Amino acid sequence: MKANGNSLRKYFSFFRMRFQMGLQYRAAAAGGCVTQFLWGIMECLAFRAFYEADESAFPMAFSSVVAYVWLREAFFALFTTWNTDNELFDSVINGNIAYELCRPLSVYRMWFARTAGNRLANAALRCVPILFAAFLLPEPFRMTLPVNVQSMLLFIITMFLGAGVTVAFCMFVYLLAFFTISPQGLRMVFTAMVQFLSGAIIPLSFMPDSVRRVLELLPFAGMFNVPLRIYSGDLVGAKMLRAIGMQIFWLVLLTACGKLLCRAAERRIVVQGG
Amino acid sequence: MITMEHVYKSYRVAKRNAGMKEACKALLRRETQTVQALSDISFAIADGEMVGYIGPNGAGKSSTIKILSGILTPDSGSCLIDGRVPWKDRREHVRQIGVVFGQRSQLWWDVPVLDSFELLKDIYSISQYDYQHNLEELTQLLHLQELLKIPVRQLSLGQRMRCELAASLLHSPRVLFLDEPTIGLDAVSKLAVREFIQRLNAAHKTTVILTTHDMQDIEALTKRIILIGKGRVLLDGTLEDMCLLAGKPQSEESRFGTKKHESMAFRQNADKTEAEDDTASENDLDRIVASLYQKLEIL
Repeated sequence: MKANGNSLRKYFSFFRMRFQMGLQYRAAAAGGCVTQFLWGIMECLAFRAFYEADESAFPMAFSSVVAYVWLREAFFALFTTWNTDNELFDSVINGNIAYELCRPLSVYRMWFARTAGNRLANAALRCVPILFAAFLLPEPFRMTLPVNVQSMLLFIITMFLGAGVTVAFCMFVYLLAFFTISPQGLRMVFTAMVQFLSGAIIPLSFMPDSVRRVLELLPFAGMFNVPLRIYSGDLVGAKMLRAIGMQIFWLVLLTACGKLLCRAAERRIVVQGG
Repeated sequence: MITMEHVYKSYRVAKRNAGMKEACKALLRRETQTVQALSDISFAIADGEMVGYIGPNGAGKSSTIKILSGILTPDSGSCLIDGRVPWKDRREHVRQIGVVFGQRSQLWWDVPVLDSFELLKDIYSISQYDYQHNLEELTQLLHLQELLKIPVRQLSLGQRMRCELAASLLHSPRVLFLDEPTIGLDAVSKLAVREFIQRLNAAHKTTVILTTHDMQDIEALTKRIILIGKGRVLLDGTLEDMCLLAGKPQSEESRFGTKKHESMAFRQNADKTEAEDDTASENDLDRIVASLYQKLEIL
């Protein structure tokens, strides 16, 4: 048990290192905040126009949509598959992975910890100003508090689960670097696709029923979709429990497969650049 | 104790001619070629020994180091370091070794050196006491006091290499692999690195395996040389043996003759002559190695 504690500590150190590093990029965070905020306003205005035409035609209350949009902007860096850690790709491409392979570590766990730390740092820097501004906006566009304490707690829990699913999925994208000369092409395909499937463009409730039912079975539904809809009160009861179950299922399955793939990658490794 | 027996390693290399037409053809069908990086490498190195592992570019030096450090798996052959097979007991094995790749960096670019050291402390589960003790010793020997709080991106190459050496030694490894540790360093930094390696070996009996193209590194540090070419061990002996193999015994003789028997008085009273003599003999040594490598090409 002690050995286990020690080994977790290593990975936590990687997490902390990447978190600290992420905190020092202030200009990037400021730029990110402005972009996200403007994007959020634009989307709120667009939805407003649709809702004014016929509010009853939409599956979510307008205030829920607004909360969804603001949370998505605030925690964008945590859930978006765009936010890949290029250091990890680079280490394979330029061969610095050699150093990481001569440490008493599991490459999978280390990368997982690093990329989770990076995401959390990025989100921590961006969420406070965005949410602060969103709470100050005039009425229809103002960010609302969750309906009750329970949904707040569930939001926090599912947010971490969702971040876990996102990182576990991104690990596949990182591991691609071992199998191709340049992973960027495949990265573009995956990230663009997942962006749509995870509810980052529009909430999944807006999809046609048959499509939505399929999407909810995929791992991507656990990323933006679940925590954000729980916060805004759109996902409750049995449906919510099923969604959380799916998050846990995919987190376990994706990490297990990722570890296997990582082991295969380690075996066929060639350190590039001499 | 390090033993390598009959180790083979090959790589597949993609190959095509230059030009657009060839590039398009390669989209459909890749031609690959198997390159034999190591063929039948065998040697044994005792604890506390310092060995120079040399050979021309592409001879297989780095491949050997990567096999010894558990990164690569050889096609066949056996390798034991302190009773462990590097690529099988990778995690246990790498606890006992330190590696410096002169052309890469293990320090985190955007944070102070000390942060990278602290991370290594956790990675290797180094106790606070040992960490403090090793850090103090390394800081003193490598003159790192001023450097530890500076982000790595702002260090010069020489400063960074000293920090890299310290980083590889924080966990008191029994074996140290140095892959071109002095590449690109100025004369002062080179001397500092060499002096440090010597002291480390003397004080802690650390086994050191050094690959380099700088023959002065070899001359200053190692008694034993393993020379490889095209993936084979060509010579396992002393610097003198190597010069004999190169077939220029007389210039070599004079070189070591003066070096060994020269008195302090001679050194001091003839600064200029000595400087000239030194450059001349450096060139000699490089020339010997060059002619040796050329010979190997023919073999």
